[in-house]
Amino acid sequence: MTSIVDTPADAARPAVPSGLVTVARAPGWVRYALLAVGLAVALWLPNGLYAAVAVDILCWALFAVAVDLLLGFTGLMSFGHAAFWGTSAYVTGLVAIHAGLPFPVAVLAGALAAAVLAVPIGYLAVKRTGIYFAMVTLAFAQMVYYVANEWRSVTRGENGLQGVPRELFGLDLTDDYYFYYAILPIVLLGLAAAWRIVQSPFGRVLVGIRDNPARARALGYPVHRYKLTAFVLSGFIAGLGGGLFAVGHRFVSLDVLHWTTSGKAVIVVVLGGIGTLWGGVLGAGVVVLLEDWLSFSGFEAIGLVTGGIFVLVVLLFRRGIWGSAAALALRRMAARRR
Amino acid sequence: MAGQAILSARGLTRDFRGFRAVDGVDLDIAPDSVHALVGPNGAGKTTLFNLLTGFLRPSGGRIELAGRDVTGLPPERVARLGVARSFQITSLFPQLSAREHVELALQSSSGLGWKFWRSATLMRRYTDRAGELLDMVGLAELAEAPAEALAYGRKRALELAIALALDPKVLLLDEPTAGMGLEDVDRTVELIARVREGRTVVMVEHNMSVVGRLADTVTVLQAGKVLVEGPYEQVRADERVITAYLGAADVAH
Repeated sequence: MTSIVDTPADAARPAVPSGLVTVARAPGWVRYALLAVGLAVALWLPNGLYAAVAVDILCWALFAVAVDLLLGFTGLMSFGHAAFWGTSAYVTGLVAIHAGLPFPVAVLAGALAAAVLAVPIGYLAVKRTGIYFAMVTLAFAQMVYYVANEWRSVTRGENGLQGVPRELFGLDLTDDYYFYYAILPIVLLGLAAAWRIVQSPFGRVLVGIRDNPARARALGYPVHRYKLTAFVLSGFIAGLGGGLFAVGHRFVSLDVLHWTTSGKAVIVVVLGGIGTLWGGVLGAGVVVLLEDWLSFSGFEAIGLVTGGIFVLVVLLFRRGIWGSAAALALRRMAARRR
Repeated sequence: MAGQAILSARGLTRDFRGFRAVDGVDLDIAPDSVHALVGPNGAGKTTLFNLLTGFLRPSGGRIELAGRDVTGLPPERVARLGVARSFQITSLFPQLSAREHVELALQSSSGLGWKFWRSATLMRRYTDRAGELLDMVGLAELAEAPAEALAYGRKRALELAIALALDPKVLLLDEPTAGMGLEDVDRTVELIARVREGRTVVMVEHNMSVVGRLADTVTVLQAGKVLVEGPYEQVRADERVITAYLGAADVAH
């Protein structure tokens, strides 16, 4: 009865690995080396992979980073982020088809629509924490799904939006290889924005709110408004990914709003490492590649394999790929210093 | 009296499912005083604290801060109006360093916390002031240690540092010396004696020697009501207080 009312149950809090952002604690040269390697891989990717797969990885990387912004840095597990990914996909597709604008403008319109949608959903959701927050976001995402399903005159229902053009000042981007390089700057901008958010005064407040909301309030921080702002920013970045995904596939189907899409985003983040930001990018690469490889080999039960790997990671490497690797590297460095 | 009190409560009441934890409390905290709230366990001290800081909504009654009605305001608003608090159970951000804690507290009165497009290195503008505050509470050498790595007494000191970082008009300390060794208690008493200059301190405290050394006024609570109020010496000698404490002791043994 004398406890502070706003503290969520510890059990409902995600298992966040220690360290603010592991990369931020690494020495400067390590950070620049990682950045260089990351950029090199991003530039090389469509040469080593099927270009359409490389495009998917970029889109999912944005989606994962958006989800991690909430899950890892605000302590909120959204189980309805398909609402923002999918809404942006539809809006981007509609703008591209009907307005004939360059695709980056259509994607921006889609991402803005996702951010606008995130305001009312976030406003209602951030009043809850833990599993209740997840359920509220899931419920709203399901509502968006049903609206899209029923509103056939606009969304074309189960047929989906077909023929989303890749218009960019008359350039020929029909080849996925060139399209990849056309979207890469947008994706890098989105990732850089996420990094800046995490490494801003705002990001510091978010981490405080994640770890101890009651204390943050006692310091004078309006916790709900901070969470809502993070939610809207996350919705925008997820929308950026969803819009690019729509243009990349030249097609938008109801799948982009399905709850399994929300679930897959969470899986990607957990695989890569919650609260690491770049782990989500890595997780996107692993999951998209794995799914492509499995479907290419004719294996039917893709979910069984990705689900199995997910279970293994949760049980054995709770910090995910990035988190486990970073922890190992930091331990090595600490040992060498001794 | 009410006119000159910096923080006052009138008929403050809080119910928990039929149980009245705070029952019609009238309280006037004089500016620049140290005011101690004492009483046996379950007297409603911490509930009263949570009401005064907005962490709980009162079921009835009214709270005024410097003549302004603050009843029902959320905790962040109360904090921004100049009421800072510490928690009975140490409440920190486990992964942030001591310095980051103080910087976060110093930043809260500015709009910097909203700037998601700016670099966190901007928070370095608070580093000097954070260093002074950490030095004040004896944590200068542990500034870079994550809070979770600090010993208990150091954590309590950090709590005090972040409350002070808000430069509050009223500082509410919930059992600032609870669980401390003698040496830490002495250090904390000295510190409170130092920081009370120019501000008002309200503290819940079980350690009567701490109360005696610091408090100008003591309010004794029992079963959610004000039992006695007055200067320490007078309260200590009061029959009703002795009975209340002995009564509680009897139940405990």
